[in-house]
Amino acid sequence: MASPTNNAASEPSASAGGSAPAASQRGVIVPYPETAIARRFFPPIPQPTHPLMVKARAVAASALPTLVMIVGLLLLWQMLCGSPESNFPSPVKVWQESHDVIVHPFKGVEVNASGLHIQESGDVGIAGHVLTSLGRVLIGYGIAAVVGIALGILIGQSVFAFRALDPLFQVLRTVPPLAWLPLSLAVFQQAGPSAIFLIFITAIWPVILNTAVGVQTIPVAYRNVAKVLALNPYEYFTRIMLPATVPHMFTGLRIGVGMSWLAIVAAEMVQGGTGVGFFIWDSYNSSLLTDTIVALVWIGMVGFTLDRIVALAGRLIARTA
Amino acid sequence: MKQRSYLALEDITVEFPTRGGSFCALDTINLSIEKGQFVAIIGHSGCGKSTLLNAVAGLVKPSKGVIFLDDGVVDAPGPDRAVVFQDHSLLPWLTVEENVRLAVDKTADGKSKAERKEWVLHNLELVQMVHAATKRPGELSGGMKQRVGIARAIAMNPRVLLMDEPFGALDALTRAALQDVVMDLQARLNNTVLMITHDVDEAVLLADRVVMMTNGPAARIGEDRAVNLARPRNRIEAIDSADYAEARHAVIHFLHERYRNPTVLAA
Repeated sequence: MASPTNNAASEPSASAGGSAPAASQRGVIVPYPETAIARRFFPPIPQPTHPLMVKARAVAASALPTLVMIVGLLLLWQMLCGSPESNFPSPVKVWQESHDVIVHPFKGVEVNASGLHIQESGDVGIAGHVLTSLGRVLIGYGIAAVVGIALGILIGQSVFAFRALDPLFQVLRTVPPLAWLPLSLAVFQQAGPSAIFLIFITAIWPVILNTAVGVQTIPVAYRNVAKVLALNPYEYFTRIMLPATVPHMFTGLRIGVGMSWLAIVAAEMVQGGTGVGFFIWDSYNSSLLTDTIVALVWIGMVGFTLDRIVALAGRLIARTA
Repeated sequence: MKQRSYLALEDITVEFPTRGGSFCALDTINLSIEKGQFVAIIGHSGCGKSTLLNAVAGLVKPSKGVIFLDDGVVDAPGPDRAVVFQDHSLLPWLTVEENVRLAVDKTADGKSKAERKEWVLHNLELVQMVHAATKRPGELSGGMKQRVGIARAIAMNPRVLLMDEPFGALDALTRAALQDVVMDLQARLNNTVLMITHDVDEAVLLADRVVMMTNGPAARIGEDRAVNLARPRNRIEAIDSADYAEARHAVIHFLHERYRNPTVLAA
């Protein structure tokens, strides 16, 4: 082998004999000190080994900031409103004056073999009112979800339907829920059905519009696949359109459930009778501000739970579709 | 009356309506492809290659002219002209197996469930993707997705296999691996294939014929050259052969001398 460098050509034996002398000629290799090697081994950090301990740690780490914040806010609230001449009740006062409402939420609610019974009138606990409201939301929102998805698919799929209906939807969706109340009452004559209609008319718009956007933005690639495979309309609907639209659909459904919960309180406040909105109105009329605060907490928690349930359903369906 | 070829494009003109009048993408294209032939169409970006393929697929309707396949007229998309899309177009909510199965269900009339499943796995086997059958496209690399895309297309037993720049989005080494897959499939199945590409080596290595298109608008077929390499082909043997070098030479001269990239000329 002909090498152009003199080094390899003139001393073939040196490079073949051993690399150690050649290396020492160029530069002395200092061995890495033993102490430094010892320093590289760190004592292991004790880790919780039990899986439950690991889980508990993770939960504590995520929940602790929230708990600290809640306690801090309550303390601040108590300090600001704690004086006897304060207009606004402090947390301690809420606990004292609304003790009955807080501790006995299920008053007047009975669960037995024939199902759930809520007392028609009289002294019903806050949970009873919340359940009544939830029942109305369930019906109104359920109808809104079904009709909304159907209309959304219609205007998303057909350009003609979109041009015909979209302006109408865009105008109607800006109408505040309470503005529908007189009409609703005139048509339905009763508090219950009008409240349900109010929820329906509030919740349906985000469902329609988001579903329509979902259908309109199905990637051309998927449409082309459907065309090449010659899927029939039913197969296209179940295999391509629904799975591709589910994320948008559930965005609409999530906004819708939040809005329907907003609408129910407003509707019940005006109409009276039963429900959590009525409870608030009633406590206001009876100057029981502390009861209103308890109701606010309940409404917030229930609204939050509803939102999470719809979000979870969306995730589950997106995974299985 | 002359005998019509297996796949015959006769006087295909495609015009798109635009704001400034109609835009002519393809101008009177005539192309005849025999059964079992592998034809690569090459040309610069925007020359209407994809439009031509989409016309054969039925996704684009020609303004003039007729496409015949096996003496039938092509007028709508259908599973007898399977397409391997550039962006693979797998449905992300289905697993690899389900993606192929969807295509098989549409084409395997009269087969039992077990036979269909076996056919799906057989086709995944051909592209070496059986191990990922239960995975979703999001869990696969680009090259693996395109393998599945190819499996989906060949599982349909198409009369013509259409490939729209199938490896355009892949890196060079992955692309070579997939070209080997295609060569292997072609040796086994002897499909009639129409492939769009902008890679000279890919065209010459894979195709029996390289159809070179002039620059758009109103693109035409500039040259139609046979590649006389024996099949089955082998990448290493091919690049050392004189036929390969000659075909490559011809294509490069066409693309970079006679019909240079219009964007390069403008710059």
